[in-house]
Amino acid sequence: MADAVQTNAQPHADAHAHPSNLQHHFDTPAQQFDASKFGMWLFLSTEVLFFSGLFLFYTVVRRHHPDAFALGSTFLDWRLGAINTLVLIASSLTMALGVYFAQRSMQRALVFCLVLTLIGAFTFMGIKYIEYSHKIHEQIVWGKWFNPTRGHEAAEHENAAPHGEVASQQDAEAAEPASGSHEPQPAAASAAPAAAIQSQPTAASTDSAPASEPALPIEQSGIMMAGNGPSGLAAGEEVEEKGEEPELDTYALAKQRKDVHLFLGVYFCLTGLHGIHVLAGIVMIICLLIGAIKGRYNSDYYTPIDVGGLYWHLVDLVWIFLFPLLYLV
Amino acid sequence: MSTLDASAAALPAADLPAGDNYLTCDRGFKSWAFTLDHKRIGVMYLTGILIFFMIGGLFALLVRTSLPVPGVAGQAKGPITAELYNKFFTLHGAIMVFIVIIPGIPAALGNFVLPLMLGAKDVAFPRINLMSFYFWCAGVVLALTSLVLGGVDTGWTFYTPYSTTTNTAVIPVVAGAFMLGFSSIFTGLNFIVTIHKLRPPEMGWFKMPLLLWAIYSTGIVQILATPVLGIILLLLIVERAVGIGIFDPALGGDPVLFQHFFWFYSHPAVYIMILPAMGVMSELLTVFSRRHIFGYSFIAYSSVAIAVFGFLVWGHHLFVSGQSNLLNTIFSAITFSVAVPSAIKVFNWLATLYKGSINLKTPMIYALGFIWIFGIGGLTGLFLGTLATDVHLHDTYFVVAHFHFVMAGTIFTFFGAVHYWWPKIMGKMYNEALGRWGAMLSMIGFNITFLAQFWMGSLGMPRRYFHYDPFFQPYHVASTIGAYIMGFGFLLTMICLVHSLFRGKRAAANPWGGVTLEWRTASPPPHYNFDRTPPVTDPYDFNLVRYNADTDAYDFIPAEERVAVPAGHH
Amino acid sequence: MNLTLLAQSDRTIFMPEPASTIAGTVDGIFYFIFYVSLFFFVLIVGLMFFFIVRYRQRTPGEGPKTQITHNTPLEILWSVLPTFLLVAMFWLGFVGFLDMRTVPKDAYEIRVDAKKWTWEFIYPNGIGHPELHVPVDRPVRLVMYSQDVIHSCYIPAFRVKRDVVPGRYSELWFTANKVGEYRLVCAEYCGEGHSDMFAKVVVHPAGTFEDWLATADPLSALSDEQYVEFMADPQAFIDKYKDDPEIGENVQRLKVPALLGKALYEKKGCSQCHTIDGTDLPDKGPTWKGLFGKTETFSDGSSVVVDRDYIAESIREPGKRIVAGRQNIMPKPRVSDRELRQIVEFIKSLQSD
Repeated sequence: MADAVQTNAQPHADAHAHPSNLQHHFDTPAQQFDASKFGMWLFLSTEVLFFSGLFLFYTVVRRHHPDAFALGSTFLDWRLGAINTLVLIASSLTMALGVYFAQRSMQRALVFCLVLTLIGAFTFMGIKYIEYSHKIHEQIVWGKWFNPTRGHEAAEHENAAPHGEVASQQDAEAAEPASGSHEPQPAAASAAPAAAIQSQPTAASTDSAPASEPALPIEQSGIMMAGNGPSGLAAGEEVEEKGEEPELDTYALAKQRKDVHLFLGVYFCLTGLHGIHVLAGIVMIICLLIGAIKGRYNSDYYTPIDVGGLYWHLVDLVWIFLFPLLYLV
Repeated sequence: MSTLDASAAALPAADLPAGDNYLTCDRGFKSWAFTLDHKRIGVMYLTGILIFFMIGGLFALLVRTSLPVPGVAGQAKGPITAELYNKFFTLHGAIMVFIVIIPGIPAALGNFVLPLMLGAKDVAFPRINLMSFYFWCAGVVLALTSLVLGGVDTGWTFYTPYSTTTNTAVIPVVAGAFMLGFSSIFTGLNFIVTIHKLRPPEMGWFKMPLLLWAIYSTGIVQILATPVLGIILLLLIVERAVGIGIFDPALGGDPVLFQHFFWFYSHPAVYIMILPAMGVMSELLTVFSRRHIFGYSFIAYSSVAIAVFGFLVWGHHLFVSGQSNLLNTIFSAITFSVAVPSAIKVFNWLATLYKGSINLKTPMIYALGFIWIFGIGGLTGLFLGTLATDVHLHDTYFVVAHFHFVMAGTIFTFFGAVHYWWPKIMGKMYNEALGRWGAMLSMIGFNITFLAQFWMGSLGMPRRYFHYDPFFQPYHVASTIGAYIMGFGFLLTMICLVHSLFRGKRAAANPWGGVTLEWRTASPPPHYNFDRTPPVTDPYDFNLVRYNADTDAYDFIPAEERVAVPAGHH
Repeated sequence: MNLTLLAQSDRTIFMPEPASTIAGTVDGIFYFIFYVSLFFFVLIVGLMFFFIVRYRQRTPGEGPKTQITHNTPLEILWSVLPTFLLVAMFWLGFVGFLDMRTVPKDAYEIRVDAKKWTWEFIYPNGIGHPELHVPVDRPVRLVMYSQDVIHSCYIPAFRVKRDVVPGRYSELWFTANKVGEYRLVCAEYCGEGHSDMFAKVVVHPAGTFEDWLATADPLSALSDEQYVEFMADPQAFIDKYKDDPEIGENVQRLKVPALLGKALYEKKGCSQCHTIDGTDLPDKGPTWKGLFGKTETFSDGSSVVVDRDYIAESIREPGKRIVAGRQNIMPKPRVSDRELRQIVEFIKSLQSD
């Protein structure tokens, strides 16, 4: 036991000079930095698993309802999604630049970069707000509240027949004795109405369907909807553009299918959880910004900027997966 | 922080003035509520966990008390109705699993012991450590909120669609479990970084005490599995709150998907429970038989193997849920492969006892009891991993008995560890007779309770039943009697521990003759852990200490006096 | 209703009376694992107790008798040998399980409808009954469906169990090889009545099952006069006779056909195109309100007064005659004769006011 050297039982104000940022249980700043970075990587791995769970949900639901996903995706504006993607990528860049400047003790540049990152984050949330409020206004939401209604009709349109009743009809119908068949019911259920309507060679099954046909996205998705028959494809003037008429069909078709709400459920869960992480990131960046303004970060100590940057990159990365999976189905 | 004068610094640790340790260096509520000292955080966890163990145990007694009489279908049994009964077993399960046993050894003891065993001053992230504790408290508060709002009756497994449609207070409990999950994640994260970065340079991976291998493996499982629980609980809350429909077949959802996600976490979770216990076993058996651990590398590698394989077997909870034959087969095969590393450990422990010098102190009684209890628990797992027999045994009392046996492995080891490190944590010795009686009674009671349950399970008694076929009554009566004996045993144990705080003898620095680094500092340790940075040695080389008959404790032999150690260790 | 397990003859110590062809296999595997486990348990714990006694510390501070720390050959031995036993267990379980999951082609199919907290067994002739009756020595397949939460169908004597999940069908099969009465219980927690959700299982001797099936129809217990009375006003009949000492038990199992028809209206998808409140859907089917007894005109100019036969034709051959002004889009639903009758009763009940 006689091989001890340094005693720890010394008053705090005593000799061992150390950087003020070095915490007491670490021996060197390098050890502390290493530990912090390792810790952040471990935390990020937990976040990856957290989101993976949701991505797995996405995969399972999509595998069972491919058409519902295709149709549901048409309610998303891919341009807004693309803007958001670019915004996040740019903010990741400014964040990385911030780390670069912190490492070189360039405080003003660091502050500037953090501000830009923050602007990017707020822009992202702003666009998300626009998307969400639009959907909520038009009742393009999840579960039994899914009732897509064009904006100008949203006020006058009374609620559709109670979903529960229709859904149970769907469910009960699918409960036909299917000897030996173990297909999950929703697949069978969605096939039934499609089959029922399929044999009809004439006009679209919606009440107010015009003669022109549904927009391309529907055809590409392979949904066998009424209207694909002989009296079908009119030389629609507006087929290429996302005009008013095609979208009307999308809404009605979605209402008919009864499982498009699953896509919306997955959409809101994924983007909602991601949004919460962006909000947390905003709080974090504000804290970093305050510290940066106070001059707390320099080439000796930039750990919080570094690990904060790692977190922000993950938030960006998750979105980069989300965007194609949701918007570009 | 108090100052010490130079003369005090020169004294051997055991002779420091009794007043100057981590418990006494700072006083007041705030010094505990905002502490960053891993030892204090550990003590707070320990206190909370012991309290909730008793509460969870109380619910268990309520469950067992509802069962000696079979009852008549549709009728209550005195004041106990079926709904109340359902809440009893749900709360028993949820409290025990999420609040007590998953935090269990890592939070209550690992927090205290880990840095000490590394010769470090604290864990890597003391503030995150405190945050973990706050998350634990938040989880507890939410669970209590659920209780106040009438409790929850879904079973601790929260299967959909029952959990999405019942009108009991599901969301608070599930939110509480979510919080507890975060506590677990951050504790595991902290421990992993600590073991990687705060190990002294002389302590290579294979010179660590095996408890640290165990805690490390547990940490891996904690950070990788718990997020999946987090997401599924979140989805459950969202489903209940806003009706997304992902688990509702009427809206196109799939209720069995919940089970997959739930068990993807909850199976590794049981390895979060047992791995630390196995680590403790390696510590207790060696110290109390004065033998170097047998098969160090095999035990170390098997900890990692269990952690890894544990992720691949969750489907064995879904053998009769409608999983395909292929998946069933794969999961059954991998389940058997997890048995091998566990068996390896048991054999190595036995070999550790061989030709030792076995001292039957209370911690050792618990450790030896573990061999009996985990033996039964592990072996009965074989019946359940086997496809053909699992069909008959699934969701019967056989399963209940199996998992209680393996979890009791953790609980009894937990108490063994508490008694083992109690002198170090509290600076007091507990009364050995009380400790032994508590151990024996609780273990005997436990065996009566659950052996009866194996038997009625294989005879076809389903679980979570309030009324039952009178044929099973004798088994239920036996089980209930056992439960009360066990409860009394645990009560004795608690009395033993509390009594020691008031009347216990002052503890020496090393009462048991351990060689791991925590025994090189005072009991209780000073705030900064070590007077002098301790030297790193083989953690199981008991030639480093000698018994001191005057103090009935052990002293470390100064280097110059030590004789050469015979060959035979790593 | 508290049933005691009857006839516990040739019960083994840990397993209930075996009454199906797979029970022997399952029990065999169970006892194999049991004896292997017992052997290892006795070995391990025996050694432990032996060591505790033989190597106990006699003086405080006494050291160990050996310093050995590892022995790799021994490690390999005790890792590999048990592995063989484990593989054997897995294999036996796997093979046995495959048998349990492979339904014989000629199995007698019974549908099982589970809901909180009762079981209903629907036989091929459409009769629903709260008890499960099966013929001895004949493979039986249960096709199961839940109306609400997850239940589980467990018959301990047959060693079979399978979760019953809402939104999909699940199945299990067995061949009962012992005449007698057994118990079927719910094995997945489903709420307040979980422990009260059981059913009697009756295995009939050869040749007697069909006789029972004929009497299983609650209508068959009614005399001709009672039958007429029932058909005239089903609900009133049920209310009047449900506590009757003679036929009460059967009457309680009677269901008003029109109500059953309404359930079918939704289950079979009729509601997709036919309303029942008089709303007209020009591009779908005619409303059912006031349909019965109405004169319907067809596209070819002919007409008919809507009666049972016409409704039967519409369902069995939907494209045969199309109502004027409508399209030939009706799919052909699968309904049994009994279900057809119930639909007719339902339509009849939707008279215009």
